[in-house]
Amino acid sequence: MLGLGVDRLRADMNRLLALLFHQGVLDEQFLQLQQLQDESSPNFVSEVVNIYFHESEKLLRNLRGLLMDKEFSDYKKIGIHLNQFMGSSSSIGAKRVRNVCVAFRAASEQNNRAGCLRALELLEHEYCYLKNKLHELFHIEQQRVLAAGVRYPMQH
Amino acid sequence: MLKSKTGMEDGFLSSVGAGDSTMLEPPTKITALVVDDDTINQMIHHRLLDNLGIRNQVVRNGKEAIDVHCSGKNFDLILMDMEMPVMNGIEATRQLRAMGIRSMIAGVSTNTRERENFMKAGLDDYQEKPLTTSKLVSILHKVHKDG
Repeated sequence: MLGLGVDRLRADMNRLLALLFHQGVLDEQFLQLQQLQDESSPNFVSEVVNIYFHESEKLLRNLRGLLMDKEFSDYKKIGIHLNQFMGSSSSIGAKRVRNVCVAFRAASEQNNRAGCLRALELLEHEYCYLKNKLHELFHIEQQRVLAAGVRYPMQH
Repeated sequence: MLKSKTGMEDGFLSSVGAGDSTMLEPPTKITALVVDDDTINQMIHHRLLDNLGIRNQVVRNGKEAIDVHCSGKNFDLILMDMEMPVMNGIEATRQLRAMGIRSMIAGVSTNTRERENFMKAGLDDYQEKPLTTSKLVSILHKVHKDG
């Protein structure tokens, strides 16, 4: 019974990952991250992704703060924030977020404020979706680890 | 650069050339320095090197890379990011070469527009981020061949 739970949870994780790859939300770089996780560093992926969430939310706040300023004109600063966001998104395999950053950067290079605002809304939407899905993935993984631990209790 | 023993070099080269992304155990004690201001890239590059059995240290910008060399440390491989605060990768590479540092320096960046300038500063190799095990193995292959 417990074994079936672990297998079902593993299948749920694989299904969710396949969906995220199919949607282009994640790319093979996410698999590279998973390959770096092992018994010596069992939480590596969630540690890296949590840092990504923390930094991304700071960048999104900065971008919104800049663009909402009535006297905004510092497109160079927008570019710097976007380069950082693109870099970190590429590093964890967040493909769709990265692609929106590319479009956003193009708008900022043209000093196109309306385009930047549209891109920012899309970026916030994509980031939210990514965060929710990755939280879902980590939740299933946690349940799987717990279920596997109950199935194979420590022998003392 | 690398301290190697006869016969053990070939074993390492063939294991690197196989492109196997599983744990490698080089016969020589290769050391590396990761120079990057981004926390995520620091963690990933540190872990990539760890998994390949390479002892490594992480610093946050070009100035810290210079300082660590001035303290007397030396590395077989330096993974140098380009855009960093305080001192960027181009300037740091230039200064390290001017100091006589002959380590393998591989530029790792997303900024392809500055690639030529970065190479001219003294890089031995350049890889686009994100760094993967196979990209790192191709860099290490050059380290051993030049060593």
